[in-house]
Amino acid sequence: MSGKVIVITSGKGGVGKTTSSANLGMALASRGKSVVLIDADFGLRNLDLLLGLENRVVYTILEVLEGECRLEQALVRDKRQPGLALLPAVQRRDKSAVTPEQMQDLTGRLAEMFNYVLIDCPAGIEQGFRNAISGAHTAIVVTTPEVSAVRDADRVIGLLGAAGVGEPRLVINRYRPQLAQTNDLMSVDDVLEILAVKLLGVVPEDEQVITTTNRGEPIVLSASPPPAGQAFINIARRLEGEDVPLMEFKLPASNGFIARLRALFTGR
Amino acid sequence: MVFDLLERLFNRNKTGSATVAKDRLKMVLAVDRTEIAPQTIEQIRKEILDVIVRYFEIDENEKFDVTLERERGSTAIIANVPIRRIRPEHI
Repeated sequence: MSGKVIVITSGKGGVGKTTSSANLGMALASRGKSVVLIDADFGLRNLDLLLGLENRVVYTILEVLEGECRLEQALVRDKRQPGLALLPAVQRRDKSAVTPEQMQDLTGRLAEMFNYVLIDCPAGIEQGFRNAISGAHTAIVVTTPEVSAVRDADRVIGLLGAAGVGEPRLVINRYRPQLAQTNDLMSVDDVLEILAVKLLGVVPEDEQVITTTNRGEPIVLSASPPPAGQAFINIARRLEGEDVPLMEFKLPASNGFIARLRALFTGR
Repeated sequence: MVFDLLERLFNRNKTGSATVAKDRLKMVLAVDRTEIAPQTIEQIRKEILDVIVRYFEIDENEKFDVTLERERGSTAIIANVPIRRIRPEHI
């Protein structure tokens, strides 16, 4: 097997990288693919918690690299989705616990075992970022439509290009269509115009992400996924090469001046 | 139709903070991407001004600015110089 190695990254922290990693991994696995998620955020691991696998972690990436266990032993298999596995990060170690060469070797070995190797990258552009992107074929850059997140995403896109990681694609997370409609939030088009990269998907702000995260159940697992969950499923389908149109965001009827005017004329 | 147009005119107002955000980002990213120092831009501004005043009388009250702009992958340096008239010796 020769799986795809994809790094999920961002410049700014807190934009939803780990949530995106967990949900995309889960969505791809529920489509019958074999997926391994690597938590490359050494020192600050969280992917185990978002996946609800925190109690089942025995070994981490460090024991694998130090030869204390085999790679297969360190992989935590998900019970809900047999196709999904997690390679946990080191918790109490600094970010330089792994070298880029080791990362390349590891992702290469995992790509022979899985259809997808998704790497959850640490925020920022320090050594941890450089380690996490080495070995990746392509990148998914996650941003929110805010000035600081977009600026930092731009920096990361530049660094990915310089490192030779193929054409990155963008996920705009925590999108609020109503604010974009009134021009109080940069729209999808605004962000794309500034960053000039290909769009992979837009995930609307959704309170249910909080409740599902609290339970350690990625939102894509819901029986009838709410909009954010559906957005992640659509992104997974696009990763598989399907041509899925962007979600239409239904806006509640405005009760502003124009709506009143329209009501006056149309009798609604 | 008319309502949609009106709605767009009223809602996508130019004064919305998103437009401001976008403009500020464009400027800051153009500078970030070229990694040009602000002092260098100031130097360029001075030198352009030196050249322009050799040929034109310029309006001292108007702001003369040099900015970097970025559109879809290419960066441009834009100098906006308010001129009064060409100097008589160059006519």
